[in-house]
Amino acid sequence: MPETIAVLPSRRTCLAAGAGLLSLAMVRPARATPDAMAEAIRAFTGGDRVTVGRVTLDIPPLVENGNTVPLAVSVESPMTAADHVTAIAVFNEKNPQPNVATGYFGPRSGRAGFATRIRLADTQQVTAVARMSDGTFWSSTADVIVTLAACLEG
Amino acid sequence: MAALLNVPTSAKAGEIIEIKTLISHPMHTGYNRDDNGQPVPRDIIRLFTCRYDGAEVFRMELTQAIASNPFIVFSTIATASGPFLFEWTDDKGQVWRETATITVA
Repeated sequence: MPETIAVLPSRRTCLAAGAGLLSLAMVRPARATPDAMAEAIRAFTGGDRVTVGRVTLDIPPLVENGNTVPLAVSVESPMTAADHVTAIAVFNEKNPQPNVATGYFGPRSGRAGFATRIRLADTQQVTAVARMSDGTFWSSTADVIVTLAACLEG
Repeated sequence: MAALLNVPTSAKAGEIIEIKTLISHPMHTGYNRDDNGQPVPRDIIRLFTCRYDGAEVFRMELTQAIASNPFIVFSTIATASGPFLFEWTDDKGQVWRETATITVA
């Protein structure tokens, strides 16, 4: 049986590993929650009603690396002075904080939308909310499965 | 820090053009530690703006959720020949500016 004993980690190794886990746990930031996301959306809309539709949220349903996830959001709009999108804000449920990015547009944007690369700390829902020049809000939500989370890696 | 821009050099008046920008920036979230176990303070680019022919045509507020080396794609309408001014501002107050010029026929 000596071989078996030899492969078991020593008490010292266990303590070191335990200390390592503890410091990891301390670094781990508080997570946003679906409630925090709802609150962030309320802050953006001022509590106004948000209707599902008109917004297209293009994000892969399954991502291998949460450190860089392509995201594109666009909104159906004529983008005229009388009728255009003024802002699009993107939110998430489980990153350390609920806001992702907000883009601001005007009639000179031509097209309402932007693309970027984002970090996702966990499998979660991502929501985009658009504010129109008439004061209405529209949204779209997507589910994203993340196999390697961002934020806790180097 | 270096920025890469992809802006059409010419366009027809009224045409919608797509602009791609990439800037090298670590985008430290403030949640990680360095190799010595010390917390890395938050340092992200928090604001990007694009001015075209004197007017702001696109602005984006960024958060820690934007991946390092922020890549931003957006559109604008080609109105007149003139300069684009791109500006990135980070938490330390550092500002990077780049310009590009378009000829509109």
